[in-house]
Amino acid sequence: MRIFVCIKQVPDTETKIKLNSDNSGIDEAGIKWIMNPYDEYAVEEALQVKQKAGDAKITVVTVGPKKRCVDSLRTALAMGADDAVIVDTDAAMDPYLTAKALAEAIKKQDTPVDLVFTGKLAIDDNAGAVSQYLAEFLSIGHATVVSSFEYAEGKLTAERETEGGTREVYEIEGAAVIAANKGLNTPRYASLPGIMKAKKKPLAELSLDDLGIAADQIKTKFVNFELPAEKPPVQMLEGEVADQVKSLVTKLREEAKVL
Amino acid sequence: MSFVVFCEHQNGELKKGSRELLSFAATTGESITALLFGPGSSEVAKQASRYGASIAFAGDSAEFEKYNPVVFAASASAAIKESGAKFLLASSTMMAKDLFPRVAGQLDTGVASDCTDLVFEGGNLKAKKPLYAGKCKAEVEFSNSPVQMVLMRPNQLPVADAGDESAIDVKAIEVVATEIKQITKEIKQGASDKVDLTEANVIVSGGRGMKEADNFKMLDDLADVLGATVGASRAVADAGWVPHSMQVGQTGKTVAPSLYIACGISGAIQHLAGMSGSKVIVAINQDPDAPIFAKSSYGIVGDLFEVVPKLTEEFKAALN
Ligand SMILES: Cc1cc2nc3c(=O)[nH]c(=O)nc-3n(C[C@H](O)[C@H](O)[C@H](O)COP(=O)(O)OP(=O)(O)OC[C@H]3O[C@@H](n4cnc5c(N)ncnc54)[C@H](O)[C@@H]3O)c2cc1C
Repeated sequence: MRIFVCIKQVPDTETKIKLNSDNSGIDEAGIKWIMNPYDEYAVEEALQVKQKAGDAKITVVTVGPKKRCVDSLRTALAMGADDAVIVDTDAAMDPYLTAKALAEAIKKQDTPVDLVFTGKLAIDDNAGAVSQYLAEFLSIGHATVVSSFEYAEGKLTAERETEGGTREVYEIEGAAVIAANKGLNTPRYASLPGIMKAKKKPLAELSLDDLGIAADQIKTKFVNFELPAEKPPVQMLEGEVADQVKSLVTKLREEAKVL
Repeated sequence: MSFVVFCEHQNGELKKGSRELLSFAATTGESITALLFGPGSSEVAKQASRYGASIAFAGDSAEFEKYNPVVFAASASAAIKESGAKFLLASSTMMAKDLFPRVAGQLDTGVASDCTDLVFEGGNLKAKKPLYAGKCKAEVEFSNSPVQMVLMRPNQLPVADAGDESAIDVKAIEVVATEIKQITKEIKQGASDKVDLTEANVIVSGGRGMKEADNFKMLDDLADVLGATVGASRAVADAGWVPHSMQVGQTGKTVAPSLYIACGISGAIQHLAGMSGSKVIVAINQDPDAPIFAKSSYGIVGDLFEVVPKLTEEFKAALN
């Protein structure tokens, strides 16, 4: 079986975001980078499928500047993936270009794809679009926001969560992109021997040029960054509980006008 | 230069988010095509005419009863191509967020989801979108995009007063066959018949301060009075007191209600990431130093087990 996991490196959730001087992007100085939290579920699910299937190879793939992204690839290898591919680029990317690069990088590998796992979205640009673009570029099925997954003999069942806890149950025969949600599994921690082994696992490098992708084909760019407007200071409601709730309801009604 | 507006409907009514986008498209003066899937679509299309749509592509057929990304994407792409539209607007719902990136792949174009601001300027859509969990925002600029696709969060744009129904040319969406063997076997309805968190206008949310699962009953009572949806912090979802689908935050749902009432929630940065876009935030917490207060409009320092029931009574009295 041939399994791919696509991951991204994003700023840690605790990171304070500052803008650069001309508001064309964020100031990356001092940012701690982590594997996108949803991608951990993707890596874990691939490992569990491999455990069941026995004969399977898992390749982790990422697109971005090598110096920043390589740590997350090593983490995935330490968790148990077999090898890694990085499309090393400093170019501005959007979901379209990223998915093009991932699709071409995957097509360049040896055997045809059986499964591709991704996270449901990356917590930096919050796009949630790469998985679907990628499925389209590979001409295979897809399911996003997947919180339950089973695979047997070339047929998969995936449950996708939508509004109000409703679940759509898909059956796909043949390859598919599965975008993992929280709750799909509990990602393992990399063990010490795993970390040691990961250092020796193969990490292949590709460029956008190798894949025939022109960075100027980008479809969406972010411009004119801004920080959120300062909220007026909080009004603390004083007095006995009865007074507090009374004045709250009055203020919500007359001042904030939200009732 | 025309617009396609993806119109979602429920119980024979256009959803509010779709009405917001039809209303927006109408302000541009360009022609509007409504795109609808599911049983009853041709009928609901008439409602779209009240906001200025003159053409509709309606997918009434059985194939469109249950959402299936590959079937919907191929059929939607064909309809959008036929419409000749340069712009597509949709609410950033679970269906639209899944569907339109695939459609964008087929149409070789760009898409931006979860946008919060939208203007039409110089023949281009300019949308703003929160990034890094709402810690900043940026404008989305389209290039190389034959169809500019913007998915807007609900509750961001005004709904115009509905006019009278006018003539609308309703065309059936053809089911486009695909090679991909994907079926939607089943839709398991969620337990909640409430408005989803992401669309809710009022949210009452509970954290670890609720002490145990049973106490969420108290928040249900408050929510019933306000017509609100109940949410939760991750601590509570991880403890299994409530399902994960109720979690608000960076790894849960991003919400933007008019009123968000946080009960026994400390206000961790990952929680704030999901709800700081709320118009008015009320925090009830016994710890005067809880970080949630700094992000709130109104705060009550106190024991929520005392405050919440009294608040429920007060709202009841005020709203009757
Ligand atoms: C990668 C990552 C992602 C995360 N994603 C999310 C996310 O999406 N959403 C999320 O919510 N969290 C998320 N978290 C977790 C987050 O860091 C916090 O741990 C969590 O939000 C805390 O939940 P809480 O406020 O309910 O609990 P606590 O922080 O324990 O706060 C409980 C509060 O209740 C108050 N309290 C207790 N008893 C009472 C009482 N009787 N009356 C009034 N007040 C009372 C206390 O004063 C306290 O402020 C994430 C963390 C990480 C590392």
